[in-house]
Amino acid sequence: MGCNCGCNNSNQQEMLMQIRELRFSVNDLALYLDTHPCDRRAIALHNQYSRELRNLTDEYQRKYGPLTIECPCNKWRWIDLPWPWERS
Amino acid sequence: MWTYNKHLQYPINIRTPNPKLAQVIISQYGGPDGELGASLRYLSQRFGMPDQKSKAVLNDIGTEELGHLEMVGTLVHQLTKGCTPQQMQEMGLSAYYTDHGFGVYPQSAGGFPFSAAAIAVKGDPIADLTEDLAAEQKARATYEKLIDLCKDDPDVIDVLRFLREREIVHFQRFGEALNNVQDKLAEKRWYTGMRNNTVNGVNTISNLKNMNTNNRNGSCGCNY
Repeated sequence: MGCNCGCNNSNQQEMLMQIRELRFSVNDLALYLDTHPCDRRAIALHNQYSRELRNLTDEYQRKYGPLTIECPCNKWRWIDLPWPWERS
Repeated sequence: MWTYNKHLQYPINIRTPNPKLAQVIISQYGGPDGELGASLRYLSQRFGMPDQKSKAVLNDIGTEELGHLEMVGTLVHQLTKGCTPQQMQEMGLSAYYTDHGFGVYPQSAGGFPFSAAAIAVKGDPIADLTEDLAAEQKARATYEKLIDLCKDDPDVIDVLRFLREREIVHFQRFGEALNNVQDKLAEKRWYTGMRNNTVNGVNTISNLKNMNTNNRNGSCGCNY
């Protein structure tokens, strides 16, 4: 599944940045909701960002390869793609 | 359990290696106020928490700190990657290079290996959450000192600023968790007259267990 990565590197980086931003928002809202579980506006935002994160992550993984080991695949690309600590 | 996401919480791309900075930044990897200590402290303390909010806060902040540990390790890695042993020596990292080469070892800036002695798990929610507030402030202060020392490298400062801000958010959440625990304990003491659960106004374990049960029964603890 997916394409052979590297075909559109800047688009990939942009998508990864959006995933980071969405995960950050979801994470930060979760911390807030841990102590304010009845805040409806925060729950609505959390729902919205969580959905966007899931959709974008699915799209990214289809195009560029797995972000978690739970991504189904025909070829094991987990070991091929660079690791987060490596300089891009 | 945890699932690994193959990206950093905040992007790191250090253009200029500088082992000297790595030598001080490593303190936030394995030093007394570092991210390894933070994650172990919170993830261990959560087992002893009496109420649903503080369990969640400790679990989720502890998890985020593991992501920060990865970020600090990344800083150290990228600041030393590509250097020669001679450069490590010239920058004052002979001792580190001798023991760890270009690996990332959990130690303080002073070279002291990571020690769980720098964290506490008291099994008392007030004591533990109060320690967490101090821990976040110590981490915040450490990041500010590191920012002072890394003035010449905007790539590094950008990351340190992000990490510093997260400590402030965590401090806020721990404060709320502590307030919640204290409010709950005060409620029991003054309004329900649980005669077996307080000794001179101090809450005992059985009181805390009741609090836990109340939370599970649906009272979310909100005042509105």
